[in-house]
Amino acid sequence: MSKKITIHINGKPYSVEAGQTIMQAADHLGFHIPRLCYHPKLSIEGACRVCIVEVEGAKSYVASCAFPVSDGMKIHTNTPDLRRARRDIVELILDNHPMDCHICDRNGTCELQRLSYRMGIKNRHFEGERKHYAEDLSSEAVIRNPNKCILCGRCVRVCSEIQQIHNLSQAHRGFKTVVMPAYNMPMQESVCSCCGQCINVCPTAAFVEKNYTQEVFTRLNDPSLVKVAQFAPSVRAAIGEAFGLEPGHNMEGQLVAALRKLGFDYVFDTQFAADLTIMEEASEFLERVQSKGRLPLITSCSSAWMKCLEQFYPDLIENISTCKSPMSMNGALIKSYFANKIGVDPDKVFSVAVMCCTAKKYEAARPELKVAGRQGVDDVVTTREAAWMIKSAGIDFLNIEPEKPDAPLGLSSGAGVIFGTTGGVMEAAIRTAYELYTGQTLVDIEIEAVRGLKGIKEGKIVMDGQEIRVAVAHGLGNACQLLDAVRRDPKLYHFVEIMGCPGGCIGGGGQPYAGVNTIPLDDEALQKRAKALYDLDRSKTIRRSHDNPDVQKLYKEFLQRPLSAVSHKYLHTHYGAKEPQGISPRCEPLHRS
Amino acid sequence: MAVLAQDKIQELKDFIAGTQTLAYPDSHLIAVLHKAQGLFGYLSRETMDLIAQEMRIPTAHIWGVATFYHYFKLAPPGRHQIAMCLGTACYVKGASEVLEALKKDLGVEVGQTTPDDLFTLQEARCLGACGLAPVCMIDDKIYGDLTAKKITDIIAKYRKEAKAK
Repeated sequence: MSKKITIHINGKPYSVEAGQTIMQAADHLGFHIPRLCYHPKLSIEGACRVCIVEVEGAKSYVASCAFPVSDGMKIHTNTPDLRRARRDIVELILDNHPMDCHICDRNGTCELQRLSYRMGIKNRHFEGERKHYAEDLSSEAVIRNPNKCILCGRCVRVCSEIQQIHNLSQAHRGFKTVVMPAYNMPMQESVCSCCGQCINVCPTAAFVEKNYTQEVFTRLNDPSLVKVAQFAPSVRAAIGEAFGLEPGHNMEGQLVAALRKLGFDYVFDTQFAADLTIMEEASEFLERVQSKGRLPLITSCSSAWMKCLEQFYPDLIENISTCKSPMSMNGALIKSYFANKIGVDPDKVFSVAVMCCTAKKYEAARPELKVAGRQGVDDVVTTREAAWMIKSAGIDFLNIEPEKPDAPLGLSSGAGVIFGTTGGVMEAAIRTAYELYTGQTLVDIEIEAVRGLKGIKEGKIVMDGQEIRVAVAHGLGNACQLLDAVRRDPKLYHFVEIMGCPGGCIGGGGQPYAGVNTIPLDDEALQKRAKALYDLDRSKTIRRSHDNPDVQKLYKEFLQRPLSAVSHKYLHTHYGAKEPQGISPRCEPLHRS
Repeated sequence: MAVLAQDKIQELKDFIAGTQTLAYPDSHLIAVLHKAQGLFGYLSRETMDLIAQEMRIPTAHIWGVATFYHYFKLAPPGRHQIAMCLGTACYVKGASEVLEALKKDLGVEVGQTTPDDLFTLQEARCLGACGLAPVCMIDDKIYGDLTAKKITDIIAKYRKEAKAK
């Protein structure tokens, strides 16, 4: 228990714990000091000065995010002079801002807009020089627009501190400062993993995903196409937030109904393909264990993780499962098995994936994933974009009658559901691998050791006397730490699950922006989204992937058996080393020849 | 990829190795960048990549530091360095017209190098020769009492010499 001290805020005494900043103490006491560059999971930047408070005896106003409390400190958060100073600071941030709120991607979700409202800014006292930089549209996933940037540095910090990709920095100085990758490289050529966490933490629209919604709307109105959608597990656990709900509502039925109302002829569930992934991946794992193949097996579902690995861990590519991600498996099946079943030319099938993820946009375009020269998924829209499409089409999402996904690629087990949260793939794989290996059914299928938001989790399971050691990491920074350990001792684990985003897909770069009273990457919100998925898993009668009758039927009708030649053609892929442009100190670079 | 001279690379590597045993090795980045610019004349991508790998510092971070300080050059300098003085005395005596004439003649802005790599144009704040104002320094030679006409003649002389070589 740390020491208690007394501070005064706005004339009233409060007992608080020593060793915190003024902002932290004030937060606990219910004073929400305005802020911009501060984020509790990132280092303190102290750059924006929006969080200034008056401390009696101090020479000037202090930044409350960085200033520690001390006994007897007298703090004022709302004096007229302070309010004016704070308002001036925000006005100065606004003075070179494009001020095109009504046509901006963050219209209604912009923190600067909210701050301006909160500061009571009614007049433009300063009309500053504007910035005129070209938008960087090179990446399949992430657009960088320096004109909207207010230099809070959150993106730089999330990329370096949480994801540890270190792609971004603030280059040049003063008014000419721009957040950019090394050498001002286009995002596409940079080490950007496309995870989209910079988008999640950006208060404005300096980083946004590449938007495909207009193209999707156009093609939804093309009568010559069969329109097919699929949606990821974690989308259902988060999309409600874009409609004002608290985190943690499972909106699966509403989402299916809304997608049909948008004009999709068939709505499939990526969770079906998650079950399929488990069939393939668990079989691949057992094959490697039995044939003493390369271990640990590392999961390949997370596209941001795959790009990170190809750049920084090329020596571990052989450890990666050859399974495509569930999205790409479903895509491949939509354009083959399904198109065939309904007697339609695969080129007349328009396949859209609704994903919690920005990196899936990059994945969908990867040439390695094509089957017969075709992309399995034509367009990826994020949870945010899907929510916008639903709003734009005037669909009453919250009050819509829930519907069920279509057969044959829509039925899923509980194991497929939990793919959306960190540890879920491992848990699902264990449920199936255990049974495939031992011939017995695993009774205790809720594997607590791999659940929760701890950065790196470890677990053990005994199968027929053989101990299988597993590890799970989420967020690329944790992933790099875990992989460094694997590099040092390859015998440490048999099976490793990696998800590129904090919390797994539920914390994906394409999830709804934080609301008025929430912050991006908030643990509580992530836990609620995870709980929605675990509850959904528990509510299902079928909780193991291999018990999914539609998966069994698919093998019987089309794929024959896991790892068959047909499976390999449609469901598996390969990865290759990519020369990194720039280094990440945690990750051993690929040495240039 | 530009080939860096092997002996210079080794010298840079040795210099970096010397910093890595000290406390807070990352804090020596600026010193290392100075050393690199001293060796190669400017900071190329290849040089910064090398520093990133040797110091285990992300290239994006190095790029941030290298672009922050005006001293660091990111493009190879021209054969001749022109430093036009814009100190008070020179300014009063018409340095800005001379600078304009220079910019027009060379076809570059301050801080840039001519396409033929012959000149890099810089500005200076007092060269300590105010009696000769307005002055400019080309490499280590001072030219005083300049006018727009005079400076173009001087530049023409350098061009002629370069052609003769």
